[in-house]
Amino acid sequence: MTTVCRVLQKPKLFGICFMSTAGASKRTALYDLHKTHGAKFSPFAGWDMPLVYADQGALDSHLHTRKHASIFDVSHMLQTRITGKDRYRLMEHLVVADLKELPVGGSTLSLFTNENGGIEDDTIITQQDGSLYVVSNAGCADKDLAHLQKHAKIFQDQGADVEISKIEDHSLIALQGPSSQKALEKLAGIDLSQMPFMTGQHIDIKGVPCHVARSGYTGEDGFELSIPTGEVVSITKSLLENPEVKLAGLGARDSLRLEAGLCLYGSDIDSTTTPMEANLVWTVGKRRRAEGGFIGADIILDQIAKKSGLRRRVGLIVEGAPARAHSRVLSADGEVIGEITSGVPAPSLGKNIAMAYVKKGFNKKDTPLKVQVRNRIQDARVVKMPFVPANYHKI
Amino acid sequence: MSLRLLTRSFISQRISSSRLALPRFYATKKYTESHEWVSIEDGVGTIGITDYAQNALGDVVYVEVPEVDSEVELDETVGVVESVKSTSDIYTPLSGTIVAANKAVVSNTKLINKSPETDGWLFKVKFSSQDEVDALLNEADYKKLIEEPDH
Repeated sequence: MTTVCRVLQKPKLFGICFMSTAGASKRTALYDLHKTHGAKFSPFAGWDMPLVYADQGALDSHLHTRKHASIFDVSHMLQTRITGKDRYRLMEHLVVADLKELPVGGSTLSLFTNENGGIEDDTIITQQDGSLYVVSNAGCADKDLAHLQKHAKIFQDQGADVEISKIEDHSLIALQGPSSQKALEKLAGIDLSQMPFMTGQHIDIKGVPCHVARSGYTGEDGFELSIPTGEVVSITKSLLENPEVKLAGLGARDSLRLEAGLCLYGSDIDSTTTPMEANLVWTVGKRRRAEGGFIGADIILDQIAKKSGLRRRVGLIVEGAPARAHSRVLSADGEVIGEITSGVPAPSLGKNIAMAYVKKGFNKKDTPLKVQVRNRIQDARVVKMPFVPANYHKI
Repeated sequence: MSLRLLTRSFISQRISSSRLALPRFYATKKYTESHEWVSIEDGVGTIGITDYAQNALGDVVYVEVPEVDSEVELDETVGVVESVKSTSDIYTPLSGTIVAANKAVVSNTKLINKSPETDGWLFKVKFSSQDEVDALLNEADYKKLIEEPDH
């Protein structure tokens, strides 16, 4: 029988990039370990990724991460290294961050932009000694790599010294939650209390040289560990020996990031949303605002200067039933003024939260709005994000 | 997303004659292809989602059930079951009058994960068509369905 069983359709976790999934699924080095832990898998961006595990549903994993720590396999994400003395020139052409002045060891969220001022992907870039370490979305991996290579070629043809290399021999796991530091310290044998959030450094974990970035996608303290693929299973297993550390899947990752007010590329930001509209102007470095020089800078900087752009990304608390992506957002008068891009019943809050784009003017905190869920009009209210206070490490 | 299946071919129009002759002392459990169970007793069908469905959905966090006394028709949306990540409409597999709705699952959505086929029932319909009852799947057919890969 080839009927579509809708109740069992895979939850639609991701937007545009997710749709480009085609062909056989790739597996990360941790696939068998996920299986051992009873993972239910879901295709994501061409990968078979764990959604939930036998001993914990998405809800349990979500709450466990907020309370203790979870390991997320994010090996499907694209890791690239940019080297050469002209690396800043190339990358500052492609992203909005001030990379030249980022101190060694510093990490920053940035955006790849396009000619229309839209966002091609979001990325975390770390200043390493002699190179830039770039992590970007799995769903955009092919596109990002082609984009990097195309522009590198243009620069090289003009005599620039710059090289793009895809990091293929390292897997990536995210250890997230308040117990992360202690759990990692145990394996690394060093004090991590002085390592600030949004920094990265090379650390030996069980004697294996790894890159450790203190960052994440949950609103909690945590680390993203780039580990030689041959060692990732053993290091992950060692972390899991700690009773406070459990595996968590994409289900929990999505509700955690939404509570933290973090965008999902393809849903909350895409090639048609500008940094101004997406409320991500803070990612455009001060010097970059003055100098421009990145793709789409004319439009983006003009929007920033004039505070223009037709819409704004906001956070909403929705009364009644949870409002999901693509639900219509209405003004108090009933005029359609926008659309929800992500929405979940927030496990940590017991409230329905959502991100939406609304017409400029309706984006102020506490603006009462309406949301259409199925055939019902429900009350909603604009709130500041993050929905759950960030718990990033402070020194 | 919804619990419903598109296929309706299984709803045959045949009339069961043997049924009328058999005295009924206990409830009969039937199933739908869209993973609802239907317990038939004294002209009333009690409906919920199957254990298989709750397991696939994951933690249920929001439930809507229909209004008592409302008239419903086969395949009409009468409720919703939502997990953190997905929304599933509940369609009634029987036409008739809603005679009861389980308010307990609305306030305690965990019941659906804990006891989907007992305390986690959703609503009861006083059904108007025996044909619709006869068209439902029996347990063996349903088991076969959920064992099929990729359905």
